[in-house]
Amino acid sequence: MSFVKYEELIKEGDTAIIFLGHGSMFPVQVQHGAQTQTKYGVIRHSAHLIGQPYGSRVTCSKGGWVYVLHPTPELWTLNLPHRTQILYSTDISIITMMLELKPGSIVCESGTGSGSLSHAIIRTVAPTGHLHTVEFHQQRAQKAEEEFREHRVDRWVTVRNQDVCKNGFGVSHVADAVFLDIPSPWEAIGHAKDALKVEGGRLCSFSPCIEQVQRTCQALAEHGFIEVTTLEILLREYNVRTANLPLPDLGGALDPLPVLGEAQFKIGVPLKETVGHTGYLTFASKSLF
Amino acid sequence: MEGTKGEGQPGGGTMANNAEQPRQQDHLVRDGDFVVLKREDVFKAVQVQRRKKVTFEKQWFFLDNVIGHSYGTTFEVSSGGNLQPKKMMEEITSETKEAGIDNRNIVDDGKSQKLTQDDIKALKDKGIKGEEIVQQLIENSTTFRDKTEFAQDKYIKKKKKKYEAVITVVKPSTRILSIMYYAREPGKINYMRYDTLAQMLTLGNIHAGNKMIVMETCAGLVLGAVMERMGGFGSIIQMYPGGGPVRAATTCFGFPKSFFNSLYEFPLGKVNSLLNGTFSSKALPSESKDSISVEENNGVLLDDLQTSPKEMEENIIEVIENNHPQQETMEVISQEPEYKDQKERGNKKDYIQEFQKKQEQQKKRQIEAAALLNERNADGLIIASRYHPTPLALSLLEFVASSRPFVIYCHYKEPLVECYTKLRERGGVINLRLSETWLRNYQVLPDRSHPKLMMSGGGGYLLSGITVANDKQKPESCTVELEKNEEPIAKKQKVEESEDLP
Repeated sequence: MSFVKYEELIKEGDTAIIFLGHGSMFPVQVQHGAQTQTKYGVIRHSAHLIGQPYGSRVTCSKGGWVYVLHPTPELWTLNLPHRTQILYSTDISIITMMLELKPGSIVCESGTGSGSLSHAIIRTVAPTGHLHTVEFHQQRAQKAEEEFREHRVDRWVTVRNQDVCKNGFGVSHVADAVFLDIPSPWEAIGHAKDALKVEGGRLCSFSPCIEQVQRTCQALAEHGFIEVTTLEILLREYNVRTANLPLPDLGGALDPLPVLGEAQFKIGVPLKETVGHTGYLTFASKSLF
Repeated sequence: MEGTKGEGQPGGGTMANNAEQPRQQDHLVRDGDFVVLKREDVFKAVQVQRRKKVTFEKQWFFLDNVIGHSYGTTFEVSSGGNLQPKKMMEEITSETKEAGIDNRNIVDDGKSQKLTQDDIKALKDKGIKGEEIVQQLIENSTTFRDKTEFAQDKYIKKKKKKYEAVITVVKPSTRILSIMYYAREPGKINYMRYDTLAQMLTLGNIHAGNKMIVMETCAGLVLGAVMERMGGFGSIIQMYPGGGPVRAATTCFGFPKSFFNSLYEFPLGKVNSLLNGTFSSKALPSESKDSISVEENNGVLLDDLQTSPKEMEENIIEVIENNHPQQETMEVISQEPEYKDQKERGNKKDYIQEFQKKQEQQKKRQIEAAALLNERNADGLIIASRYHPTPLALSLLEFVASSRPFVIYCHYKEPLVECYTKLRERGGVINLRLSETWLRNYQVLPDRSHPKLMMSGGGGYLLSGITVANDKQKPESCTVELEKNEEPIAKKQKVEESEDLP
């Protein structure tokens, strides 16, 4: 497997996603001789996983079955161990597009957190780009580095354990895009400007609170950033179900007799009544002048 | 010019091919580049060509002076239609100006501005700069000093927007082009809002090295977005209805030639034959007339192409779509990039030879595309068209490998509800999700922050999922109700190959 390139068969060392149904899934590290317990029974890696194609159905010892999926950053986001609050694919999607990320992009990010966005960025900028990610918490920085290595994407990412507000990203004038998800992004704007290429680049700051956004926008203006835009994106999911409504009996006076019983049809109803707020996204461009 | 170093090998597969090394002066505008003109929030895509008149926002000019400048440079239109670079002025931080407390005494009688339309026109004709005009308007407004500071701010911003118009030349990207198309020609892209497109690219795990199947009727915008995210690595097979794929928007991205080496196209009309093993490369009736990329344009251009063979040779087609006679529309250039340099008009015999050669080439490409599809191992599927999604999904998913994401866009929700149901019946898909995204933008100013506009419902819907091995399986427990009274599943194409992947 590779987070940046699809492979057909499951190999030792892969991170595979075991899918149980109804959005229930979890990741496993594939290893010779290892076993994984599920509610449907045991999965023996050597017999059931290694050498099998991704997407296969695996019957567990108790008779129930699961699917084994190829990892993607989106599946990883849904299954990764949380060390911090993470960004979900809805926000990640708009961030990726608005920062104009693509193969070859050089990106600076802080904080690394649990690596949710990091994996998505690496996937997008590979094979010719790079991610410089900064995390001020030592254990989190270490865990992230470990995970990138386990997932075999370490050649596309550099983790630095420092405070971006004080010491910046560790690189200068190389980035096409900078992403900030920190408590005080306005303190890092100057460093962000320095990390971005001289010819210009894109910036994004994610903040849950509007007061943070206000201070960040002010800092952006002071540092000469242009095209400053703040938006939020909200996900609405729908449940597809069959519905039945009884047909009313209005009497038998008509000819032909009206149909009675129930009318059945498909519906798409919102999954939750309200859509949740994650944070405000502020985008800007570094001006040439 | 557009010529590339490092032509990659055609076809996808390894990460190493089709690498487009970033050129040293990539940030400078060159003759022939595809750029986007920006004024405030209005965009227009054009190609830089010397001495070619361009109209944009009620002004006309030449782009000659843009060549050699950096992308992101702002210009203003000066005499003779020439563009002059203009440095963005520092916002003059207001010294404590005279201002009022509130608007209780301000009467809007339309008489507070002492300068007349003619006065302003006279100033403009005299060549007075925009900033000066704004200053004059402020000085000649009787109510200006009574306005609150915020109101003064708003007034100045509004006047600047009108009189100090500057044009920025920016590099095309999915971000810019998808925003432009949604604002100006949403009908051309099935009302797909840019955040919806963003979701598709991520949910579909579009990245370098993929083998993608794309079925879109969004003027080539979705194709372009996919190509941008693949960076020239991997391969794309674009399915198309009718005579040929529309790639007007794709051209606006300005991709290097090498990106097109691994872009294939395949007619929808032959999908069934491919599925049941009877595929032949003989031309379909809809394709025989014009096998060159066709610009869809209310049939007008089509007629031109069909009547005159000479017209057919015209490779650079500039189409000005007139949806709103008043409003300026987009200048779109549709072309096959490989033929851009060809300006020679040979005699008729040469022309016929050329045409036949192209026919042969396209036939060859189609066979290659068929072979790629027949491997049934595509890494993903994107559908975004005006057609009902269900038949497209049911047939095109046959070409996708196991454990790969697919995303289906539709302007309306109901067809996707039906598609969801049919996919459940088909089996071999998991994690089906029907969703839409809402977008809300904000004004952020000190003491004046508030949301502006909420965009919901009008941006389209997405049905996404992941393919899995399709054995004779029991359905996912509980939620699937197999209706007995639902119409029988459409004739299922027998898959010749077994579940074993090649």
